[in-house]
Amino acid sequence: MKKYDAIVIGAGHNGLTNAAYLAKSGMDVLVVEKNPWIGGASVSRSLHEGWTYSNCSYVCSLFRPEIYRDLELARHGLQVIPYEGGLTFMQDGDYFGNYSDHERHHRELARHSKRDANAYDRFSADVSRQTRLIRPFLMRTPPDPTSFKPADVMELVHMLKTYWDLGEDILYDTMRFWTMSVGDFLDEYFESDVIKAHMAGSGIIGTALGIYSPGTAYVLLHHYMGDVDGSIGSWGFARGGMGSIAKALAGSFQSFGGEIMTDAGVDKILVKNGETKGVVLENGDEHYADIVVSNLDPKRTFLKIMDENDLPPDVVKKAKNFKIRGSSGKLNISLDGMPTFRGIEKGHELLKADFHFIDSMERMERAYDDWKNGTWSKDPYVDTLIPTQVDPTMAPPGKHMMTVFVQYCPPKVNGEEWTDELRDEFGQTVINQIAEYSPDFKDLILHAEIRTPRELENEVGLTEGNIFQGELTMDQLLFNRPFPGYAQYRGPVKGMYMSGSGTHPGGGVMGAPGVNSAREILSDLSRKNVTPEAFSDE
Amino acid sequence: MSNLYDTIIIGAGHNGLVCANYLAKSGRKVLVLEANEGVGGAAITREFAPEYSVSACAHLLHLLNPKIVSDLALNSHGLKMAAKGLTTLSLSTDGEHLTLDRDSVSGKALLQSDKKVYRDFQNKMRRFARILRKTFMTRPPRLVHKNRKDLMTLASLGLSVRLMGRDDMRELLRIGAINIYDVLQEDFQNEHLKAALGFDAVLGSNLGPRSPNSVLSYLYRLSGQVGENDSAVSQPAGGMGSVTEALKKSAEAAGVEIRTGVAVSRILLDVDKVVGVETSTGENLKSAEVVSNADPKTTFFKLVGARNLETGFSRRVDNIRMQGKAAKLHLALDALPEFTGVSSDQLGNRMIIAPSLTYLEQAFDHSKYGEFSNAPALEITIPSVHDQSLVPAGKHVLSAVVQYAPYDLRTGWESQAEVFKQIAIDKIEEYAPGIKDLISASELLTPVDIESEFKIHGGHWHHGEYTLDQFMMLRPVPGAAQYSTPLSGLFLCGAGSHPGGGVMGLAGKNASAEIINGGKN
Repeated sequence: MKKYDAIVIGAGHNGLTNAAYLAKSGMDVLVVEKNPWIGGASVSRSLHEGWTYSNCSYVCSLFRPEIYRDLELARHGLQVIPYEGGLTFMQDGDYFGNYSDHERHHRELARHSKRDANAYDRFSADVSRQTRLIRPFLMRTPPDPTSFKPADVMELVHMLKTYWDLGEDILYDTMRFWTMSVGDFLDEYFESDVIKAHMAGSGIIGTALGIYSPGTAYVLLHHYMGDVDGSIGSWGFARGGMGSIAKALAGSFQSFGGEIMTDAGVDKILVKNGETKGVVLENGDEHYADIVVSNLDPKRTFLKIMDENDLPPDVVKKAKNFKIRGSSGKLNISLDGMPTFRGIEKGHELLKADFHFIDSMERMERAYDDWKNGTWSKDPYVDTLIPTQVDPTMAPPGKHMMTVFVQYCPPKVNGEEWTDELRDEFGQTVINQIAEYSPDFKDLILHAEIRTPRELENEVGLTEGNIFQGELTMDQLLFNRPFPGYAQYRGPVKGMYMSGSGTHPGGGVMGAPGVNSAREILSDLSRKNVTPEAFSDE
Repeated sequence: MSNLYDTIIIGAGHNGLVCANYLAKSGRKVLVLEANEGVGGAAITREFAPEYSVSACAHLLHLLNPKIVSDLALNSHGLKMAAKGLTTLSLSTDGEHLTLDRDSVSGKALLQSDKKVYRDFQNKMRRFARILRKTFMTRPPRLVHKNRKDLMTLASLGLSVRLMGRDDMRELLRIGAINIYDVLQEDFQNEHLKAALGFDAVLGSNLGPRSPNSVLSYLYRLSGQVGENDSAVSQPAGGMGSVTEALKKSAEAAGVEIRTGVAVSRILLDVDKVVGVETSTGENLKSAEVVSNADPKTTFFKLVGARNLETGFSRRVDNIRMQGKAAKLHLALDALPEFTGVSSDQLGNRMIIAPSLTYLEQAFDHSKYGEFSNAPALEITIPSVHDQSLVPAGKHVLSAVVQYAPYDLRTGWESQAEVFKQIAIDKIEEYAPGIKDLISASELLTPVDIESEFKIHGGHWHHGEYTLDQFMMLRPVPGAAQYSTPLSGLFLCGAGSHPGGGVMGLAGKNASAEIINGGKN
């Protein structure tokens, strides 16, 4: 059998990014993917004739522009269309709109609370300061704080200095921001419940914590630190669905001579004498390479496709304790036409953005309590978009596609496995919530795909269906991600690496873990670094 | 007019008295003003029913700093322990309680593995608590600001973390900021045991076991069990009031003047400089230094006034989270009660009701929405077992912390305090059948009562949540974390400052050091 220079397991966006850079440096790289299609969770699928669903991830902002340019993804067909604003429907028939136009947004805030309108600029300045601070670190390898190696010490000093240079007051604010709950953070600026609820959603998406759990302010930041075309904090649609990202990456990878094998699930990573030798596929085929990169989540990597005997016991324990809890669900819906919504005129520009139906902090927190108690939220926080209004490629003319992200949905229901009946019941909960605000919604539904963590895990392979490949809590961020001592993309076995969202800086279709891991591999092989430098925002 | 006093201290709580003691020893003429009729603040013993006395707020002593005890000769001023090294019994309705000691745990249902895990866990957490305790002994460093002493403090802290060794350092950096629930799930099997540990992580706080920061609050508690101070949980003879009585005697011996029943209505300023205080009777008392043992919100908003503060600072003070969630229950009992499965000689220990982490978390959930727990968690002591001075001969008194009882109860406490008291008593009755028939008098202090009786804004024991965003140089707020404040001559010495409450005394001691140094190093 042919021996490759490197094998990457999993054709998700990070795996493909990693593979593209290895191939770009001249290596002979094979990507193996268990599904008949590529993309992992950045995928476009046609599950109802004529419709394309971004059936896992559904919007794009965090993807690193450095990669986009460097791998010429535009040339390979990726186009990101920004959308603007946001909308929260209220129980009393009113709504809160988030406009991108500053003046208009100010007026809308003031309509709900004059005080909040005045606080907003301070809030935005404070959040964007945190955003600017963290962005340069996304494309850097976290230092090991326990190491005395010059590279680690220097990186740690660089990191501390960046913060130290903020000056005393801002540094304190930053320390508070990193340790607070999104609820407490918003309470410090705003009084209006709907304004807070509208903004708090970003603090819990994909996270098994409530808005009042300390640490969630960081999760908010995780959703604010991206950009579309340099507009920080903006989000957009990938034209043709999120699969276009994977497709463009694959195109770039193949242009460097890379090879992708689909329907090729990995059974085991081959290890001999403490070094990786290749992979054994589920069909028994073996493929060899001295470098094996796992793009799977840490639990799957260490507990499923590696032999416990090949690993140090502490890694097995750390993988077992790794927190990758399923907390989100998803509905993808084919619509016969554009639904109308109570209290807002047809064709209103805000309907082109994301909309939500939870108008108070208490409702958001109670949605979390349901999850804690072992069931899906009976009054969930949903992030809904109808991308076909701006991207007509995803549905037949005049028809629409709706994507509904749902927080919270547990990996098991009251400790029992999901059944199809329970899944449908969960879907009904969500549909009913939307229908309360949209009288014609139910009649327009032609097809609905309902996804619980079970479906996400079975299809994509994310353990418990956790969209970030592991929770974004302090014990699993930066030099703790995925585990302390293994945060620099190197596995415990020589030649084995990790490139998935389970590594720094985490998930969200960012591509950064893929680049960072490629950089470390190239450095270990003493090859020229072909990965891009992090952009400066200045 | 020359000042009669160098320093006026507002509030004769334990921290105020500790601070007064050290300042007097430095040669200052110190006056302590206390609004209540007696000294003690939240560390007092008082009668709640004829002839029945109890430690009315704090009821166990486990953090009091031994250096303070010896510096101020509290033992020769009358401080005595009625009982030391109390064991914790985590009760069970079927009588199968767990017995938790410093290094060991026993109980019928426990697996051998859980006992070993417990010992290792406690050892590990104590190693981390030792680091925390080190930070308690000095003022929190100011960051960025180039002060040699602060840089030394930081360097020494960094060094102690490194010296823990790689595994410990990694573990501390991993779990330090998260919740106790996740940490306990990693190694422990027994639900009851997990709950007993989880309970200690949330006692007195606005956290559930699944709230991040609960590991920090667990370490906070353990900090009383490391170093020279390993006697763990004690009960002072005569109740907690005897701690502050001893502090008072020691202060008076050092020349401190203490006036009780004198409330301060405001702090007098000359532009941004403190010149004294005005009492509620309109008397003006002059001094160049004023030290407030009151909580930060009371100090800055009530006594200084927001209009005398810079907006940014005032906003920070306004944002301090300090709403109490713990209530206090006192029962006068005709005889020693019987707790299922607990022998009468075990009744003097600390007993807790926390059957599972889910129970605790659900008790907490109610409080998020301004409701009290309908199945609360309790910390129960029967101090009269060790100390008959509190009660008529042969009678007993029970003192319990009941969680969660939110300060901002949606319905208001007025009509509900009695309901919650009954819920708490019913809960105890489940574990001590027949206790209801022994009750001759009872009292429940809600956080609102604690606010009015002990003059703590929000009724929070620690004068502010003990969480990472209100920790060290962020406590109570940046700009006042080194005990000095933006107003020249005004200092803080209460539990709202580093290192917090718990009848530790270090906030008072550290503040005095700062005042004596004049902020210079």
